[in-house]
Amino acid sequence: MASQDTLHASDPARVSWMNDPKIRGIIFQVLVVAILSAAIYWIWGNTVENLRRANISSGYGFLNGRSGFDVSQSLIHFNADSTFGRALIVGLLNTVLVAVVGVITATILGFLIGIGRLSGNWLIAKICMIYVEIFRNIPPLLVIFFWYLGVLSVLPAPRDSIGLPFGSYLNSRGFFLPKAIWEEGAWLIPAALVVAIIAIFAIARWSYRRQMKTGQRFPVLLTALVLILGLPTLATLAAGVPFTFEYPQQGAFNLTGGSQIKPEFLSLYLALSFYTAAFIAEIVRAGILGVSRGQTEAANALGLRAGPTLRLVVVPQAMRIIIPPLTSQYLNLTKNSSLAVFVGYPDLVQIGQTTMNQTGQAIEVVSIWMLIYLGLSLSMSLFMNWFNDRMALVER
Amino acid sequence: MKKLVTGIVGSAALLMSASVGSAATLDDVKAKGEVACGVHTGLAGFAAPDDQGNWKGFDADFCRAVAAAVFGDASKVKFVPTNATERFTALQSGEIDLLARNTTWTLSRDTSLGFNFTGVNYYDGQGFMINAQKLPGINSALQLSGAAVCVQTGTTTELNLADYFRANNMEYNPVVFQGFDETNAAYEAGRCDAYTTDQSGLYALRLTLANPDEHVVLPEIISKEPLGPAVRQGDDQWFDIVKWTLFAMIQAEELGITQANVEEMKGSDNPEIKRVLGQEPESKIGSMLGLENDWIVKVVGGVGNYGEVFERNIGQESPLKIARGLNQLWTKGGVQYAPPVR
Repeated sequence: MASQDTLHASDPARVSWMNDPKIRGIIFQVLVVAILSAAIYWIWGNTVENLRRANISSGYGFLNGRSGFDVSQSLIHFNADSTFGRALIVGLLNTVLVAVVGVITATILGFLIGIGRLSGNWLIAKICMIYVEIFRNIPPLLVIFFWYLGVLSVLPAPRDSIGLPFGSYLNSRGFFLPKAIWEEGAWLIPAALVVAIIAIFAIARWSYRRQMKTGQRFPVLLTALVLILGLPTLATLAAGVPFTFEYPQQGAFNLTGGSQIKPEFLSLYLALSFYTAAFIAEIVRAGILGVSRGQTEAANALGLRAGPTLRLVVVPQAMRIIIPPLTSQYLNLTKNSSLAVFVGYPDLVQIGQTTMNQTGQAIEVVSIWMLIYLGLSLSMSLFMNWFNDRMALVER
Repeated sequence: MKKLVTGIVGSAALLMSASVGSAATLDDVKAKGEVACGVHTGLAGFAAPDDQGNWKGFDADFCRAVAAAVFGDASKVKFVPTNATERFTALQSGEIDLLARNTTWTLSRDTSLGFNFTGVNYYDGQGFMINAQKLPGINSALQLSGAAVCVQTGTTTELNLADYFRANNMEYNPVVFQGFDETNAAYEAGRCDAYTTDQSGLYALRLTLANPDEHVVLPEIISKEPLGPAVRQGDDQWFDIVKWTLFAMIQAEELGITQANVEEMKGSDNPEIKRVLGQEPESKIGSMLGLENDWIVKVVGGVGNYGEVFERNIGQESPLKIARGLNQLWTKGGVQYAPPVR
């Protein structure tokens, strides 16, 4: 180093390249990339070498093999003749199913409890506080076990099923519902629903424009309710009630017919929703408290009532605080769904484990798990970031 | 900078050497001073810790027999409880030297998993257990159409179950768990109508249920389940040691050598007994395997012969009371047969 300094001593204005932050930055980045690739290369080579030495076959060819096992719950057609690849897709869909319904339930529950904790009603506020403190301080696995074993052992055997309204039943094998069997002309009903949704959007736009222009308001919410319930009902009557129900019947071992929601799914879904709702409640509470009181007072001073104040002033600002941490709760819920293995819900991890054991392809299956969970998390993050950008307050 | 590079290369080399297992398992085992043996997490009669934490059972005693062969001391075993899904990776990665855990010998496990099965220490078959109290009138597996069946994941059981119901055109609803305990809990809670696993396992499980008398094992055996110890492929010496430990136990039973009489049998005039126990002059019974020549004395002295181990853990002297059946010696109508020890 010293010799270089003397070389450039004749030009005092020039700094040694060693001290140029730009060049230094490049050198360090190149170095980091080189070390990282060397490490990956080495790990890869070492793995391949060890697999070869241990006589373990590798590669993803096993995905096309016949699985040979059955899966208890599947959104797509699957039996023992299907491939391992299809089995993993079944697992992925089951993971997505429990994550999506879990996220929706947790959000609704979380918002209610979060707002409840801020309620002026002493009882509601305390109940919500106790809920949050209990669920936030228990590991999610215990909550799942509570729902699975606690509830399973209390529910009666199939022969003594608890009858519920509308021909549905509850027993230790799950929740049984009548299944609708669609007949000719049934397409009218979903079509009517789509028409209703489009009409609601159009009316909302029109009413907003009219309010901007004339200041007059239109009862959008009421109209929407009438449309979304009324149109499908009309369509049903018009098509001459194009469906019948298949009711669960007592079979040799269990209720047969109808649709069954298995206790494995129910316990995982309820546990994840209840657990995550506690965290979401705190985020919602923090978001609402984060909007300064001056905003509410200013809105009141302008003559806005409590409802519009909350809807137009407080919530839009609170959302900015709420959405980013909400995203990580959604990701947590999705990742916690891998605890499904403990209650035998056939999610991606459970089916992956079965595949791993039947084929012995541990490294391949683990790599598939990592890729899929990474993909799920990244796409959820992207969606939430997009949503956040939309909700972010636009300064004028 | 130079120091840093040297450091990186050095640590990489270290990792490299640490991650590549040595080929000679026997040397590794001797250096460790114990045999790391993968067993069941708790299957009564096969491998389960007792109230003092000592591992008891048929498979646990096989681990001890291998330790006795290597060290002359049956207690030098480190028991590693593994569940159905962990067991193979544990053996592949070298965490255990030997897997003795009710593992069915199949072609794919023998080849693509990189294992060698060292023989069959228990001939088993898959069966079904039901709660006769809750399901009166069911006395055959063929009546199980529509039943919910509890099964453990990652087992041959799961595959046989699918095959059996398909072959007989029956419907079923699999309830699949990863752990043995979770499967048992679900069966006891009434989540499933039937429980399926190897018949030996059913008998063992039945004893641990709250009311064993309510549960019956159905007569059908739907598969062949030859259970045997397995070792990693690629180390023939270790493979031979484990394989011949099992043969030695069977041979000892055939010759009437027991835990009680093994010391006095050393002085026997029977040339075959003398040979097996390494009492011939210039005996190579042990050195051919890399062991002491009296290794069979230590094995039988440590845990007893095959029949003793069987009766003590799962046979008539145990609560399980499993009949010898196929596991009887070939001379007595079974299929347990050892090649000559010479």
